Amino acid sequence: MSSIVSIKGLSKTYDNGFEALKNINLDINKGEILALLGPNGAGKTTLISTICGIITPTLGSVTVDGNDIIKDFRKTREMIGLVPQELTLGAFDKVWSTVNFSRGLFNRKKDDRYLEKLLKDLSLFDKKDAELRTLSGGMKRRVLIAKALSHEPKILFLDEPTAGVDVELRKDMWKIVRKMKDTGVTIILTTHYIEEAQAIADCVGVINNGELLLIEKTKTLMDRLGNKQLIIELRDSISILPQELDEYKLNLSKSGKLITYTYDSESGGESVVKLLKSIGDYGLVTRDMKIEESSLEDIFVNLVKKND
Amino acid sequence: MINFRAIKVIYLNEMTRFWNTLFQSIASPVISTALYFVVFGSAIGSSIQSIEGVTYGLFIVPGLTMLSVLTQSVSNASFGIFFPKFTGTIYEILSAPISFYEALIGYVGAAASKSMILATIILFTANFFVDLDIAHPFWMLAFLVLTCVSFSLFGFIIGLWAGNFEKLQVVPLLIITPLVFLGGSFYSVSMLPPFWQTVTLFNPVLYLVSGFRWSFFEVSDVSVSTSLFMILVFLVICLSLVSWMFKTGYKLKE
Repeated sequence: MSSIVSIKGLSKTYDNGFEALKNINLDINKGEILALLGPNGAGKTTLISTICGIITPTLGSVTVDGNDIIKDFRKTREMIGLVPQELTLGAFDKVWSTVNFSRGLFNRKKDDRYLEKLLKDLSLFDKKDAELRTLSGGMKRRVLIAKALSHEPKILFLDEPTAGVDVELRKDMWKIVRKMKDTGVTIILTTHYIEEAQAIADCVGVINNGELLLIEKTKTLMDRLGNKQLIIELRDSISILPQELDEYKLNLSKSGKLITYTYDSESGGESVVKLLKSIGDYGLVTRDMKIEESSLEDIFVNLVKKND
Repeated sequence: MINFRAIKVIYLNEMTRFWNTLFQSIASPVISTALYFVVFGSAIGSSIQSIEGVTYGLFIVPGLTMLSVLTQSVSNASFGIFFPKFTGTIYEILSAPISFYEALIGYVGAAASKSMILATIILFTANFFVDLDIAHPFWMLAFLVLTCVSFSLFGFIIGLWAGNFEKLQVVPLLIITPLVFLGGSFYSVSMLPPFWQTVTLFNPVLYLVSGFRWSFFEVSDVSVSTSLFMILVFLVICLSLVSWMFKTGYKLKE
């Protein structure tokens, strides 16, 4: 797959000396959804803002479809749509006029039919004459998306699109993002929510302290690092595990009541059944049990912890 | 290649605010002009002799127009760019395929247009109170356009510089208004004691008002060419300041 955004040695140091980005190298493939994960202040927004032209990089270069973001800024910016993190909208503008404004700003000829379809797709059309201040938070978020898509961009940046929105709207947002992907748009989104990256992203990048710690296909990452844990709670505490269970490499808690078995999620199903049977055979009585799946969240927390 | 569409939408978007509040936009200059005429023109003016052959009521028309044009140009243009900065909607301008200068033309063009409309309304209202004859319509228009553009540019600079609403208010209130009042808007500089006459020569507004007044009555405190020269100097200073701000991304880009 060919890359549409290419970032080389990108660094940003603010006037106060804060290093927001440290030597970032990244290629984003055409037509993919890339999720950038990272804690607050990791540099996600700085990275996005730099590519979009809002922040000037200190070092390094970014090209969009082969064009430099500084030298050929008109070409690169015409290809990009940006949905900012904050609900930044003029209070008295109307939905219809604000999307028209965005389209004009990005040098596109007026096209009522396209904008009408766009608003309909985002369930905004019946609000087209409403003043922006009268809209709910979720609707405002949709308006921001409509503005970003008003000029038919090839690349869409979504800065925390689902921060502070309810579950239903989040799922809706995911649907919209997938639909965009189907039309060939490359999508880069930042998020705190690991489940979001897991649910919709083809690729995951982890940023912390301005460094890109990892970039990998979501599935590869999950396969590589995905483990499951079976936690068994015993009725009576024990001081030592039966020797015969050594092959499972079990872990006994200090209280002597919890046994943890870590296994590979791909192939470990059978061993669980065997282990449970053995436990019964050795006269241990199980009171409760649960299975925990290691998620992207654990992977993420581990990576960030190491980096800190 | 210039992004004309972007300039157009910024300009029209800025003008929308004016049309949306059309009543205020027209009513306030009409009312304030009428009040000035009642107070200065009729009440006080009746006891003031004519100045250089021009009745006091007529004499104050250009100054009155300049007072509104200067304050409104500065406040419209500064608010126009400050507000997107304040609400964060500036992100769209910064990430759009436009240069700062295209944005400048949109914003300053709209602010200057509003001032032109305002000046027209004021002159039209004044015509109800006095018989207004314009000796040099071309120069009147030239002075007006130059003033509207240069002070809208100045307002744009203030809007970029201001970090909060207080700063936004401070310049029009503490600098522009005193300069206009002390710049011979309502009197001829020759009425002042010699020392204050000299001080007034350092007030840039004097040159605007004087030149503008000359285009109406052929009466002026300083020569017309000096007036014109000073407006152009002010315009050049503002343009240089703006180009420095754009070059460094001052308060716009980090």
